[in-house]
Amino acid sequence: MSPPTSSSSSLAEALSGWPPPVLDPHGPFSNSVTTLAWVLIGGATLIFIGVCVAMWVALYGSDELRARLGGERVVKWFGLILPAAVLLLLLAWGLTMMRGLTTIQGDELRMRVSGNIYWWRVSYLDAAGRELHADANELHIPVGRPVVVDMVSEDVIHSFWVPKLGGKMDMIPGRTNRLKLQADKAGSYGGQCAEFCGGAHSLMGFVVVAHEAADWQRWLAARLKPLPVNLSVDALRGKQLFNEVGCAACHRVAGTDAQGISGPDLTHVGSRQSLGAGILSNTRATLIGWIGDSQSIKPNNRMPAYRSLKGDELNALASYMESLK
Amino acid sequence: MLAACDGPPDRTPTLNDADIARGRQLVADKGCAACHAFPDVKWPRGGLGPSLENFGKQGLIAGRLPNQPGVLMQFVRNAPSQIPGTAMPAIPMTDKDTRDVAAYLLQLKPR
Repeated sequence: MSPPTSSSSSLAEALSGWPPPVLDPHGPFSNSVTTLAWVLIGGATLIFIGVCVAMWVALYGSDELRARLGGERVVKWFGLILPAAVLLLLLAWGLTMMRGLTTIQGDELRMRVSGNIYWWRVSYLDAAGRELHADANELHIPVGRPVVVDMVSEDVIHSFWVPKLGGKMDMIPGRTNRLKLQADKAGSYGGQCAEFCGGAHSLMGFVVVAHEAADWQRWLAARLKPLPVNLSVDALRGKQLFNEVGCAACHRVAGTDAQGISGPDLTHVGSRQSLGAGILSNTRATLIGWIGDSQSIKPNNRMPAYRSLKGDELNALASYMESLK
Repeated sequence: MLAACDGPPDRTPTLNDADIARGRQLVADKGCAACHAFPDVKWPRGGLGPSLENFGKQGLIAGRLPNQPGVLMQFVRNAPSQIPGTAMPAIPMTDKDTRDVAAYLLQLKPR
């Protein structure tokens, strides 16, 4: 049986499927990367065939052909001039392409993603670069409009990569890199940390959700309004536990006493598609599994296992998380 | 005489027409592996709930209920109604879904 995929939807989507996401661009920036990839694959195939032919000539060709193949001219052209020209052209192409992926025109939307061991802090910025809204592990963008994402790191080097939407960009401590993303079609796109950053690096996923432009405006407007406060009895108990158990030391829920910032912001965790940074679907069951023993799912992540919590307490906490839309 | 030790007779429809592959996909979709280890799922292998390796040969569900198809179907979609206070949430599913999941679980072997 093939491995089931949905419990790890975004991660699986980022890295597998046919065509492979790196060759299946859904926006102008990833498109230019994919074009270059095809040219490289095509060029490498031509060179491979050329080398095979030369080898065949060297072994079985007529004496005249073999003499020519061994001549100085072949070495000069195919060993020096052609490779140098190809590499120079590729360098020029690559540098121009990188300019296109990173040059800022000024009318783009601005966002910031900060790499953390092993999750992503997300900020939506205004034109001046001030934070409008904080979130984690999921980035919402409008379709058809370029977004400039500031790439920073709060600990080690990470690399941000959403293969269907753009290039790959390192997140280096003490430095701000920029990368442009754009989606041409609404939908969810998987991402993945692409620079080894520690034990759970392979479980450091990401989700980009592209909305139609009007839907995105509505989404942002809703996010900037304060949360409604009518919680169910179960969720209220969860909210109380959230502070008692210590969750609030690391996690923030806007509008409450919970203001920890060393873990992902949970103000809207209930509306997220994934848990644990793009690795689990977001259901009651996965919430409970994550809260109770995240270490068994994502070893060495910074959240301890809370195995001392009882079944009803886990359910209450999960209920509170679900209410945070 | 020995048969009597197996608990009350199971009067639910048979699992014969259940689709094991579909049950497995449902188990993945619902996120069961976030709490349970399955012999045929590499990741995740959640540690909060008991491992379900060799579950097909297990006598009891959650150490308390007889491991029979009918009981198991009740349990997988509404665990709290069977064992109050359990961490396992109710997981709403149709009758067919429940049957497929139970059929998948009942054929689980050691890893």
